[in-house]
Amino acid sequence: MNTTWRFLLAFAIAGAISACKTTEPEPEPVAEPEPAPVVEREVTTVAAPDPRDYTDARNFENSSSLLSKRVIYFDFDKSEVKAEYRAIVAAHAQYAASHGSARVTLEGHADERGTREYNLGLGERRSNAISGLLSAAGTRGSQLDGVSYGEERPVCRVSDEDCWWQNRRVEIVYTAR
Amino acid sequence: MCSNAKLILYSDMTVIKNMQKIICALMMFLVSQLAQAKLEIEIVQGNAQAVPIAVIPMQWRAAGPLPLTGVADVISSDLYRSGLFAPMDEVDMVDRPVDAESIRFGTWRLLKVDYVVIGWVNDAPGGRGYDIVYQLFDVHTQERLLSQITTVGFGDLRFGAHRVSDAIYEKLTGVPGAFSTRIAYVSATGEGSTLNYQLFVADADGFNPQAIVGSPEPLLSPNWSHDGTKLAYVSFEKGNSEIYVQNVSTGQRDLVSSTKGINGAPAFSPDGRFLAMTLSYSGNPEIYVRNLATGQKNQLTQHWAIDTEPAWSPDSKWIYFTSDRGGKPQIYRVESTGGTPTRVTREGDYNARATISPDGSRIAVAHGRGNEYRIAVLDNKTGRMRILTPGVLDESPSFAPNGSMVLYATREGVRGVLAAVSTDGNVRQRLILTEGDVREPAWSPVIR
Repeated sequence: MNTTWRFLLAFAIAGAISACKTTEPEPEPVAEPEPAPVVEREVTTVAAPDPRDYTDARNFENSSSLLSKRVIYFDFDKSEVKAEYRAIVAAHAQYAASHGSARVTLEGHADERGTREYNLGLGERRSNAISGLLSAAGTRGSQLDGVSYGEERPVCRVSDEDCWWQNRRVEIVYTAR
Repeated sequence: MCSNAKLILYSDMTVIKNMQKIICALMMFLVSQLAQAKLEIEIVQGNAQAVPIAVIPMQWRAAGPLPLTGVADVISSDLYRSGLFAPMDEVDMVDRPVDAESIRFGTWRLLKVDYVVIGWVNDAPGGRGYDIVYQLFDVHTQERLLSQITTVGFGDLRFGAHRVSDAIYEKLTGVPGAFSTRIAYVSATGEGSTLNYQLFVADADGFNPQAIVGSPEPLLSPNWSHDGTKLAYVSFEKGNSEIYVQNVSTGQRDLVSSTKGINGAPAFSPDGRFLAMTLSYSGNPEIYVRNLATGQKNQLTQHWAIDTEPAWSPDSKWIYFTSDRGGKPQIYRVESTGGTPTRVTREGDYNARATISPDGSRIAVAHGRGNEYRIAVLDNKTGRMRILTPGVLDESPSFAPNGSMVLYATREGVRGVLAAVSTDGNVRQRLILTEGDVREPAWSPVIR
């Protein structure tokens, strides 16, 4: 027993050491190809960007970062951006300001209540509201585009508030990052 | 088409046979779907005072084969749909007179029929088509009220029957019929990547539906030109809204507006000279009127609010529109050449998408209260508003060209259907397309 435990412990330590090694920054690859590592092939590493670093494009896929949140919701017949969404918009403003080549389309939507053409107007007003906040936070006008789909592209098709709130939205769509 | 498939798959006989079977089955399915894609009409709420009338099957005297649906059937269906008539079922007719001399008025009186229509169909002189030769009699006075010949092309027998219905309707109600008109509507089928929008034009009874444009992106707001030859509509086919004007019979179309922002709510003026529309390139939606001859554009509204859904008065003098300049959407009107808008609707939280009756006396709107949206009609003189439909998500009202009914969009579960209601609210009918989510109806003006 004792020998087995020691053996396993030694193995675990060796494993941990080799794992630590891989997380250290590798030197820039030189022109000469290095021999492929044999022992460490099984080990994988995971990127952990700082979720509050809104200039880091990797945060678009990081669910703990505000950059991964790209839908803003609104009250009925309203286009005011609610306080809880302002941080999301600010995060995207930071990203856009730090990436001059980034292009954003703000797609405005409405729920099915009311008439289709009025809802086109409402969707545009919501799109403009987000656009205005982004501009105020430093996003250049040339980076921003807006389109209103009114009630024509619902994400949910049941006629009740559980569904309607999901449709009253602006989608922040990056056409270039 | 099936033989084409054979040509393409020339390499392997078994593959050919199987593919042929599959393709043929698919074609049959598509054809049957197309055939089914018509509007079925059902009276939801009828009229107890409907006038009993017997439209006797018309004798076929023409050389060609008998049509599938008889002229009398089409007329009976039209009159039934109006809600004002109760046409007798063909199986209940004990007698089928063809000429005036053989009508036994006493028998019809016993059957409690007020009016009898008789007639026949013969080839029109010169091979121009068919003549529908018909007469309308008052059973009680035995008076002949109508005796007419309606001539139509060989393929237009249903249209001819609608014309007869128009004449009978006008004779008995004093209001011109609107049966020989057409409707346009948008249908959405499929989900996600298979989503397909089509703009349809059909006869007013839902027959002969023809898709005049199809797109994977939304289509909306069809609007007829004053002569019924063209439709203006909004298409998102290039990503943003654009306005097109399409010739209904040739399919030829022009891009009319594709400015930055919204290009929406096209509305032809009744005199045919202008197209009103909503454009938001200035920063927010405003109403513009474009002179169709010169292309010159006149901005009618100037306000930070949403100004949209222009609708013309029949004399082309006024434009009614939706605006939330007072906080919530209400109807306003402004002179079509420019001026200061004044508010029209005052009752309710939400009044939008006005449409004006052909005589200018009434304004139909989508009227919202809480989560319920109904079609309401405002009397221009008294200012009184009357709710016509039960809701709950009714919109897009469109007057029949004779003002007798309002066509509108409503919901059944998650599906959109069309319905029509008489302007007095007494008769309501549901028009159901067998497939798809149907919306945005527009009733054509009188054609020809």
